[in-house]
Amino acid sequence: MEFLMAIVVGILFMAAVYLILSRSLLKVILGTGLLSHGAHLLLLTMGGLGGNSPPVLADGVSVSDYADPLPQALILTAIVISFGVTAFILVLAYRSYAESKTDNMNLMKGNDEHD
Amino acid sequence: MINLLLFPIILPFLFATILLFFKENIKVQRLLTLFGLLISLVASLFLVAKVKADGVQAITLGSWPAPFGISMVSDMLSALLVTTTILITLFVVIYSFTAIGQERERFFYYPAILFMITGINGAFTTGDIFNMFVFFEVLLIASYLLIVLGGEKRQLRESIKYILVNVISSALFVITVAYLYSVVGTLNMADISVKIAEIGQPGIITVVAVLFLIVFGVKGSLFPLYFWLPGSYAAPPVPVLALFGALLTKVGIYAIIRTYTLFFVHDIGFTHGLLSALALLTIIAGCIGALAYFDLKQIIIYNIVIAVGVILFGAAQMNDAGLTGTVFYLIHDILIKGALFLLIGIIIYVTGTSNLRKMGGLMKTHAPLGWMYLVAAFGLAGIPPLSGFVGKLLIVQGAFEAGNVFGSMIILLSSLVVLLSVIRIFIYAFWGDPTLVVLPKTNRSTYRKMMMPAVALVVLSVLYGVGSEWLMPYMTDASNVLLQPSIYIDAVLKE
Repeated sequence: MEFLMAIVVGILFMAAVYLILSRSLLKVILGTGLLSHGAHLLLLTMGGLGGNSPPVLADGVSVSDYADPLPQALILTAIVISFGVTAFILVLAYRSYAESKTDNMNLMKGNDEHD
Repeated sequence: MINLLLFPIILPFLFATILLFFKENIKVQRLLTLFGLLISLVASLFLVAKVKADGVQAITLGSWPAPFGISMVSDMLSALLVTTTILITLFVVIYSFTAIGQERERFFYYPAILFMITGINGAFTTGDIFNMFVFFEVLLIASYLLIVLGGEKRQLRESIKYILVNVISSALFVITVAYLYSVVGTLNMADISVKIAEIGQPGIITVVAVLFLIVFGVKGSLFPLYFWLPGSYAAPPVPVLALFGALLTKVGIYAIIRTYTLFFVHDIGFTHGLLSALALLTIIAGCIGALAYFDLKQIIIYNIVIAVGVILFGAAQMNDAGLTGTVFYLIHDILIKGALFLLIGIIIYVTGTSNLRKMGGLMKTHAPLGWMYLVAAFGLAGIPPLSGFVGKLLIVQGAFEAGNVFGSMIILLSSLVVLLSVIRIFIYAFWGDPTLVVLPKTNRSTYRKMMMPAVALVVLSVLYGVGSEWLMPYMTDASNVLLQPSIYIDAVLKE
């Protein structure tokens, strides 16, 4: 199961890198979304996919049956953080489109003389 | 007072939260920021004294036993960095009162600074690798706000790049923590160090070490990963630039020093060899940039890159002199970069441009500014009585002791390039015929108000250089913990 997840995560990373290297700003932001999905899945996989019961104390479940609770807490933290940053960057992209009238990353250049 | 080491994190956070309620009242914003930073400074000075007297301070939040809760650890290096961070912020905030403008002050400028200080101090103090990620995000999100605040076209353009680079490196941080967790099964930094020592650093841990180097290298602008820094740092106004230049890259450097002295100490030949090679390349790249530009900001920004290389080269030597020099130089660099950015901010204010070719003859009209700039420039280059000397001397000594003659030569030559690049600013801006340049109309009292914090910082950096004898015990305390991870581990995993 871990092997399968590793391949899925690899494909997510591949797609993310491809999108981040593209020209349109919106595609780049989609790429960062895929990248954080990949990172969160990797965190879950690397914590071990053993354990059949959710990490909630219940009668009749032995300790070895619980899933590892720590990676789940880490992922929850990482999800909220990447959500906040994604919201910020989306608004920033919107504002930058309104200001510079382009979403082409190649056209977003300039230096002191051209500002 | 077991919670003393949390005060420099909690106090700025508390004051930032309070400031959110007084958005429009600039007077209250300024006063509370000043007050909050002052009592944080007092708390951090007490912390330094406490660490000096009683050794490494460690607590685990919620009184869980050590590897299970989040540990906060303050050794001498963290305590000194926390104190310097608050000190430099204090001066930049005073400078901001006149330099930043009411429009920005009304839109959460001071709360953003205080949140950023919370993140920075937290990253310096934490003893848990995932908690360090969270504190990194705290300081990064605050820095996103600071870099884009004002919404000029250039700021928008550059902040998109800055945020993208940091989002990617944050994702890589999570990935690296995932790999490390799957190998050692713990997140507490002292415990990770113990576990890695038990399994004797197999190949996968060395891979994790290199991944950490990439993650923190992006934050701290190491050689192939510094590409985002010159553009992004030139975009925001000068007080923000001073904060970023003095503090943000140092968090990455601190993280590299911490992980490379605490975790990855069993295969030094590869990991630390790689680190010192990259550090030397960083110095060379920074030197090329510092000589290439005729723009005040860019010259000092590339000097940040050079300093990153020097500090990490010292850390990579892993001997007493090298690490003591690293700590010395790290704190010197925070002070002097803050001072230099504040001074060039004043030069830009009085000339109305950051282009060296369009200025000249300032010595006739603004002599004190010129002398202050000259002292700061000599301090940066490491002229003996001033602050940059002792650190660089010890780093070069450490490199010679470790047999890196070639590396030491590059460090010494880079000092000449640094001196040349900053003296070029002095010659172009302060010498020459003042009648050829038309200065814009500036307010003399604004100029004086901006000079005060800048002069205070320069004086402080001079005292830092002159009083290095007195500071030496603190520095050796810091480097002792770096050299002997067992001190750190024993303090965290006591009982």
